[in-house]
Amino acid sequence: MIELIISILLLIGGAFVLVGSIGLVKMPDFFMRLHGPTKATTLGMASLLIAAMIFFSTKQAGVSVNEILISLFLLLTAPISGYMMIKSAIHHKLDSIERTKGTENIEDDV
Amino acid sequence: MRLETRFKWLPAPFLSLLLFFVWLLLNNSASAGHIVLAIVLAIGIPLVTSPFATKQPLIIKPGLAFRHLMLVLYDIITANVQVAVLILGPNKKLTPGFVKVPLDLTHSMPITILASTVSLTPGTVSAEVYPLRECIIEDNDLEQRFLLIHVLDLKDEQALINTIKQRYEAPLKEIFQC
Repeated sequence: MIELIISILLLIGGAFVLVGSIGLVKMPDFFMRLHGPTKATTLGMASLLIAAMIFFSTKQAGVSVNEILISLFLLLTAPISGYMMIKSAIHHKLDSIERTKGTENIEDDV
Repeated sequence: MRLETRFKWLPAPFLSLLLFFVWLLLNNSASAGHIVLAIVLAIGIPLVTSPFATKQPLIIKPGLAFRHLMLVLYDIITANVQVAVLILGPNKKLTPGFVKVPLDLTHSMPITILASTVSLTPGTVSAEVYPLRECIIEDNDLEQRFLLIHVLDLKDEQALINTIKQRYEAPLKEIFQC
């Protein structure tokens, strides 16, 4: 029974991480590419880590909770790395695809 | 907005709480020895490091902060599903766009939290905070700030701005009372 739950969680996690990577390949421009890795992977990693937590709690003596820390750090670092990448993309004036609305909202930085 | 805590020996209560739990989680144990060590670290580290840190507004309403955290976690889950659907759907249907959101928040700490939640929730990534400033001298001046966000699939700009302001910014304003 527990193995079934772990397997389902692993499958969900793997599927979301895969979708994030597909987004990275499939999207037409840099700004749209960023959406996959910053979001779709956080849930994927979360369910993978929950699966790991259940697995090690049942196989070893005592509960294993280190994995909560990993997901906490992931939640903290994902938006920051996304922000740094998009900031440098704006600084380098990377082209976005033509139908992008509101490009006039971007202000020139020095 | 309050910058100073009530107790001198506890300059950053939530940092202390976080350090306490991170130490216990790192060691994966809750034995008496580790709890004592965690308490010593949780009180000692903020005491030593607080003179270097710029003063940040304190969380005035912890209950509301917790409820907001739960709301954001729930939104992260729905955001993941939404973005997964958008990614797997046809590219041609997507209309990306940049949106400038006017902020009521003025302090950098709440703005950082808002930008991070925007990055983690449906179809948006925060890109920049305007006006640009290389060196912020006084952090609490009342200048209007904007958050530039990139939206994966922009349908209604005003509705999106309203959602962000009501759903994520208003609770932050109340939590920090600024």
